[in-house]
Amino acid sequence: MEEHLTFIGSVTAQLVRAVPVTLLILAVSGVCATVLATGLTAMSVARSPLPRLIQRTWTFLFRGTPLILQIFMIYYGFAMVPWIRHGILWAAFRDPVFCTCLAMTCCCSAYIAEIFRGALAAVPRGEIEAGRACGMTGFMLLRRVIAPSLIRIALPSYSNEIIMMTKSTSLASTITVLDITGVAQQVIAHSYRTLDVFCAAAALYLLINATLSTLLTALERRLDVDRAPTPLAPIPPTLEPLS
Amino acid sequence: MMDDLTLLGFGPDGWAPLLLKGCLLTLAVSATSMAIGTVLGVLLAWARLKGPRWLRRTALVYGVVLRGVPELLVILLLYFGLPSLILSLSETFGWEAPGLPPPFLIGSVSVGLVSAAYQAEIFRGGVGAIPRGQFEAARAMGFGDLMCFHRIVLPQVTRIVLPALGNVWQFNLKDSALIAVTGLSELMRTSLVAAGSTRHPFLFFGVAMALYLVLTTLSSTAFHYGGRYSNRWDRG
Repeated sequence: MEEHLTFIGSVTAQLVRAVPVTLLILAVSGVCATVLATGLTAMSVARSPLPRLIQRTWTFLFRGTPLILQIFMIYYGFAMVPWIRHGILWAAFRDPVFCTCLAMTCCCSAYIAEIFRGALAAVPRGEIEAGRACGMTGFMLLRRVIAPSLIRIALPSYSNEIIMMTKSTSLASTITVLDITGVAQQVIAHSYRTLDVFCAAAALYLLINATLSTLLTALERRLDVDRAPTPLAPIPPTLEPLS
Repeated sequence: MMDDLTLLGFGPDGWAPLLLKGCLLTLAVSATSMAIGTVLGVLLAWARLKGPRWLRRTALVYGVVLRGVPELLVILLLYFGLPSLILSLSETFGWEAPGLPPPFLIGSVSVGLVSAAYQAEIFRGGVGAIPRGQFEAARAMGFGDLMCFHRIVLPQVTRIVLPALGNVWQFNLKDSALIAVTGLSELMRTSLVAAGSTRHPFLFFGVAMALYLVLTTLSSTAFHYGGRYSNRWDRG
């Protein structure tokens, strides 16, 4: 029993050391995917058909194929393309962490763009018209009217997507990255104690996701200005008989 | 170019038959896991809505855990962990050690377990979308629980949850690619093997992507028409 506990303790310590790798992949691809998704959303409402076509194709391609296949395509497939293999890009494409981040950025930007697109459609048209009527144009309209509504509407789905992304980072382990899952597999190869190690890894992922979801829910509350004000304390019943 | 066509053809050096078989296996695994997910998901939704307190708690914890842990980890856990668990169980009880469960079963069960957690939420939401008055009316008419489920809940819930189930199906289809790590030769695994043995990864991963796109497009079309059919009387 005691030996068992020491083992779990040492495994957890090893896994915790891999948490920064997981968080790095999450942070880089999360930020890049959000920026790219903003661009894709802008393209989806463009006047000319070409950007709209690009956005639609992007979404179709990256939402219709498994992320693991995209990762393999970028890591193994692109390595066989001569101009990447022998060009300046090779320094980046031979790094599995970069490849994971690139694949996750492309894939998740497609999902996030769809969330933003839905939220954009839900921004009340009257508000935009009112902004126009006040003489706001372009960027100011976006900053003062559209973005505040859009962020509030999109946030719940966006948080879900971030949780999904945290789970997706584990795919990095399939191309030799030593993230939490990767280290877990490495430890198992030495110790053969599958259940303990994987359960410890699962607990770490749960912890990360719980933290993220708490933070994002707090942000949602913070931004929710329309929320009904806290109800007043109920009026205590009067004891004196009314005369 | 010619070389590529030979590799993708049906000839002796062609990978087409294996890739198509992989497609079928991907569909089979996804369908099995979807079915497991639906059965378990309905039970979990029932537990969340109607179960005694401890069962409600258990279903809640199940949902939180299975939706918060990477699918890959669940598959690896079942694939590598289950055999050792079976072995130690059979040792403790003195049974004869049974053979290892086949990868197909492990794969579809692990994807199904995750799918169940998502489907439970969908079914719960679906039941919540039925107006409360209908349940009260049913009770006033003397309907029992089973009758109420059969006559009130079932016909409406299937219609309400169909689009959301379509989404889960798409996720199942894509999660099934992760089963490749267990060595089951579905589409992902087949393309991996083909890419490794022919040294043409770009070609084979590209083809696998195209095949996945075909599968997702076909099934989303099917769900679209299914949704239209189930709402056929609901159009003004």
